[in-house]
Amino acid sequence: MNNLNKRNKAETRFKLYGISAVIIAITFLFVLLFNIFSSGVSAFKASYIGVKIEIPSAMNIDEINPRKEFKRQVLKMFPEVETRSDKRALLSLFSKGAIYEFEDLLEQSDSNGLDGYYWFLAHGDLDMYIKGTVERRGNEAGRINSKRMTFVDALSEQNLIQLQANKYLLSSADSREPEMAGIRGAIVGSLYAILIAFIVSFPLGVLSALYMEKLASRNKFSDIIETNINNLAAVPSIVFGLLGLAIFLNFFSLPRSAPLVGGLTLAVMTLPTIVIASRSAIKSVPPSIEEASIGLGASKIQTLMNFTLPLAMPGIMTGTIIGIARALGETAPLLMIGMVAFVVDVPGTPLDPSTALPVQIFLWADSPERAFVERTSAAIMVLLLFLVLLNLAAIYIRNKLERKW
Amino acid sequence: MTELLYIALFILASYSFMVNKGRAASLGKFNALHSQPYYHGLYSSILIFLPAIILLIFWSSIQNIMTNLSIRDFFVDVSDPGLIKFYIDSVINYSNGVSSKIIEHDGFMPAVEKYSSLTYTSTILKVIVVTGLSIILLRASIKVVTVDFKARDYVESMFTTLMKFSSVIAIFVTIGIVLSLLFETLRFFATVNVFDFLFGLHWSPQTAIRADQVGSSGSFGAIPVFLGTILISIIAMLVAVPIGMYSAIYLSQYASENVRTYAKPIIEILAGIPTVVYGFFAVITVAPFFRDLGDKISPGTLSGESAIIAGSVMGIMIIPFITSLTDDAMNAVPSSLKEGSLAMGATVSETTRQVIIPASFHGIVASFLLAFSRAIGETMIVVMAAGFAANLTLNPFESVTTVTVQIVGLLTGDQEFDSAKTLSAFALAFVLFFLTLILNIIALNMVKKYREQYE
Repeated sequence: MNNLNKRNKAETRFKLYGISAVIIAITFLFVLLFNIFSSGVSAFKASYIGVKIEIPSAMNIDEINPRKEFKRQVLKMFPEVETRSDKRALLSLFSKGAIYEFEDLLEQSDSNGLDGYYWFLAHGDLDMYIKGTVERRGNEAGRINSKRMTFVDALSEQNLIQLQANKYLLSSADSREPEMAGIRGAIVGSLYAILIAFIVSFPLGVLSALYMEKLASRNKFSDIIETNINNLAAVPSIVFGLLGLAIFLNFFSLPRSAPLVGGLTLAVMTLPTIVIASRSAIKSVPPSIEEASIGLGASKIQTLMNFTLPLAMPGIMTGTIIGIARALGETAPLLMIGMVAFVVDVPGTPLDPSTALPVQIFLWADSPERAFVERTSAAIMVLLLFLVLLNLAAIYIRNKLERKW
Repeated sequence: MTELLYIALFILASYSFMVNKGRAASLGKFNALHSQPYYHGLYSSILIFLPAIILLIFWSSIQNIMTNLSIRDFFVDVSDPGLIKFYIDSVINYSNGVSSKIIEHDGFMPAVEKYSSLTYTSTILKVIVVTGLSIILLRASIKVVTVDFKARDYVESMFTTLMKFSSVIAIFVTIGIVLSLLFETLRFFATVNVFDFLFGLHWSPQTAIRADQVGSSGSFGAIPVFLGTILISIIAMLVAVPIGMYSAIYLSQYASENVRTYAKPIIEILAGIPTVVYGFFAVITVAPFFRDLGDKISPGTLSGESAIIAGSVMGIMIIPFITSLTDDAMNAVPSSLKEGSLAMGATVSETTRQVIIPASFHGIVASFLLAFSRAIGETMIVVMAAGFAANLTLNPFESVTTVTVQIVGLLTGDQEFDSAKTLSAFALAFVLFFLTLILNIIALNMVKKYREQYE
């Protein structure tokens, strides 16, 4: 009887280990996601400073020097400021982007004059303070020294510092100024790269799967191809990067840092995934359908094209989307082919130098500026959003379009 | 110009498709055709498209070689082959408008002019030749449309060739990987002894920029790098194996169908998260956590680059690999074995330990091997969270480096392509490739074995 108790206790313990393992694994996932989300949400807002702008309608805007005029308008709000260093401290609360915003404002005004409070992007240091990332100690907070702080306090009192939607994060490319840095360039680079990866690897993968599954005779050679593809699927991604570096850059002399090369490298990497998924999808098409087609006089190729392939397509698409999703999150091979450059322009064609979204995350995570931490998390959120969308599409196709035989 | 050419080709091919399809259809009104009109059309478009594309690719590569040779003449006074390549690339990039960087060399601007004029002539010639060829083929293709012409057979055989070609691509990729790694590795071993590389205890690849600098040779003993890789991977396995195994046991033996359908995909999300995200997580959250923990025990013991940080985060990443493969292996065990054991009065845990695990042993070991191979090839987590300096240590609280960290460190940023420093990255990658390959082959054979055993 004692023995049975012991055994039952061992049983309970064992089950408990199992449950805790599952809970630990799921906890890891949620801690990871919670961490990213909680630090990234704030990046979707940015601090803006309200400035009272008064420009009479009689003034010809072409004659205005935006830089000087902006300074004048800002300094007008604090008539008591006299010394040069005080003026500089006040103006340093604004981002470099504020001048461009002022220029845009002037252009939009169409010589009608401006009167009222307009909002301009604040400097990253101020942004960190407003969001509470850096703590206030007495009269200082991080890089906001006491001189700058007097202006910050004065502006806050008049409620002229506000958190508003961050216009830059999703609409501009990388920048040295954290408050002006965005991920548009990286997103476009990533889209070009995975588009090229899809265009190259999808037809190749599907055709080779069709051939291997339906036409190739079972011999030594087809065995070699099969093991080869299974092994390629497990080669570390960085090795594909070296392949891209050696073949596409050094041998074919394609432009460095271009999404074209990134896409080709990712295509090579995704190919085995697509082949394996396509083969299992093709295998699941019932042979009776093919036999019926052959029996009615269609040729082998006609049967494959008109029956096997369309029926296997949902399965193939699911596998392809999952492969492409993995390629979208891949960083290491892109580092090898030089997509790590600091690029301030949104790439116009797949041949322009560019980064990709995961590489941008890597670059920002490496940056010593603290203001980039929240932007890195925000970029990760966007990347995860894309991955979720792709996977949802895959799940949708699997559930709605795939036929169970 | 070239874009226009492609458009023209496309239009020609579509035109011939329509014309030949129409001709075949009108023939088919009175006679029994061998092939359907559609195939006649397809045959003619392929006849126009394929030779043109092959010619274009051939032309471009010849043109590249010829122009490279002709601009090389402007830089005869440069002795360093790496520098010549850099100059030539700069000329090409400048002429194509990719970059506006001008090289301080007397031959630069003449080379740009020469390159531009050569490319221009070549493009003009290319357009004329390709268009001419296509028009000749178009006229020829119209003549072949007859009642007996076996258009379908030709089209299908071409298609089969295309399929064969696609399936051979995978082999080309493998050969490409091996060759591209092998060449650079051999060049590396021309300057550094193989045994010094494989068994040397000191790794500091930084060769001096100036010749008179001290220690300019750099030393390439890779043992510390390999050891660091294995240390981090073992830490990862220590995290992943218990959690992954017990999750798999719970999911396959205890969990209700409901729990299974939700818990398994949620755990698998861990494998779908990009590794750069894990790297960021390691730097921002896990490193401070371990540092604080270390400071409580004895201050200053842990740096932000300790092996345990990268290792434990990598462990989280590979949990799902172990869980899902082990789960598959356990589910493949015939239920008669399990039911037999339960019927004899064994508890589920006893059945699992004494029947299920031994019966699925091959699959479980295979999952460990695959997870381990994933861990040693993993790049971003270690690049972001592990160190670059190679320490010969097995202490998990010290900073170590890995093969992948070295490869990334040596090949990103400004590099001259022929130095031993950059070539050493290829030698490391070669070792990494073969190590993972061997692990995979063993693992896949084991998976095959258990599948054969029970299916």
